[in-house]
Amino acid sequence: MSKQETLLCRCEDITREQIRACIAEGYQTIDEIKRITRAGMGPCQGRTCRMLIAQEISACLNIPIEEVLMPAFRPPVKPLSMGILADAYEEKEAEQ
Amino acid sequence: MKKGYDIVIIGGGIIGCSIAFELSKRGVKDILLVEKRFLTAGATGRCGAGIRQQWGAELNASIALESTHILEHLEEYTGYDHSIELHQGGYLLVAYTDKEWAQFQKNLEVQHKLGIESVGLTPRECLDIVPYLNLDGVVGGTFCQKDGHANPFHSTQAYAKGAMRQGVDIETFCEVTGFRTSNRAITAVETTKGIVETKMVINCANTRAPELAAMVGDDIPVYSERHQALVTEPVEPLIDCMVMSFSRSYYVQQTPHGSFVMGIGPKEEPSHNFHSSWQFLEQNCAIMCEALPILRKLNVVRQWAGQYDMSPDRHPVIDEADTCKNFYSVCGFSGHGFMVAPRIAILMANYLTGQKDSIDITKSAKKDLRPGISLSNLLLYNCI
Repeated sequence: MSKQETLLCRCEDITREQIRACIAEGYQTIDEIKRITRAGMGPCQGRTCRMLIAQEISACLNIPIEEVLMPAFRPPVKPLSMGILADAYEEKEAEQ
Repeated sequence: MKKGYDIVIIGGGIIGCSIAFELSKRGVKDILLVEKRFLTAGATGRCGAGIRQQWGAELNASIALESTHILEHLEEYTGYDHSIELHQGGYLLVAYTDKEWAQFQKNLEVQHKLGIESVGLTPRECLDIVPYLNLDGVVGGTFCQKDGHANPFHSTQAYAKGAMRQGVDIETFCEVTGFRTSNRAITAVETTKGIVETKMVINCANTRAPELAAMVGDDIPVYSERHQALVTEPVEPLIDCMVMSFSRSYYVQQTPHGSFVMGIGPKEEPSHNFHSSWQFLEQNCAIMCEALPILRKLNVVRQWAGQYDMSPDRHPVIDEADTCKNFYSVCGFSGHGFMVAPRIAILMANYLTGQKDSIDITKSAKKDLRPGISLSNLLLYNCI
């Protein structure tokens, strides 16, 4: 497998090369790369790629990994169907 | 970042970036744009991304129409090497009450006068456009094919990169902490990265704009209101257009990527709350699944919150502080900033460079629109 085919974001099919191209273009944070490439916007919400992208930023920009800005962790923790959520609202209304 | 610039623009959202682009396009190149975090970190990056020409007020509709014309070729216009993902699948505005339906008829007249290709639809005709729409309670609808949505991140980057190519400096992670004035005119901006001398400030900081204006003694009656949205997993194309209701207060669209982005608009107390709530998640899903039952099957992957910069009459404020010359604020878009930014930026750039514009913003200056609110040197208030 060549380096070009190393996937960092498996949900959105974003390769390491694409991430590095973004950093070379001037994007400096995981948040910016997420907005431009969709890396971390898939069903796993960046659980796999977030730290991998942080490593790339750390290596390319030569900054300690703990200084790489983390994006917000947003709910829900795992994908939930809209039907289940909608029914939860109705139940709450009925109780009142 | 140099020690001084002719103009400092505050805010790296679509408004700040588009104004930087339009000014530099007119030859004003000594510009610094400062952003507290990164470009699109605020309202632009959190917005619903819709582009709508179906407005009720004539000036509002015309600004949205002209903005759409620019968005249709923004990549060429700014020289951007990605797509801004504009998709003109239309907006279906659904009326659920007779009062709303009557208002839609008036809106259509205004839109047709401007050449906006909107049409009124019976409930059954609404089904031709969105076969999954639940017709319970639907009185009618209006549809405009040229409405749609675009990617706010790429649209902002298009303007920002174009501006940079034209000589604008952009400084991110640079927060404005104060201003220096002399003889009631701006002389410098204090930032976390040092002091920048300048002759003019354009405050495009959205919900933070009033705080910044207050630092030079200007009072802008704009407040911040939290609005939330969510996005689902991508699925095959189901709905081509944005579906929206005012009375039931929802909007939903399927992005070109396949995911559905949606939100509801409960009124909240003014705050800078950027946190998501589970109440929104449930209420949004209940309202949306009733309007479009097919959505029940979709999985929500993420929810987020953003801020609307609400002005008292829901119209933008373009204001030069009477307490400080050359301190301009452009804010108060009340949730519609993204779709009108291209034309507002042209308007602003034309005004500041002394060029003619078909919209005369000085004409709209009305100080006493509402009791209890006094605005200083109001340029554009009752415009949209």
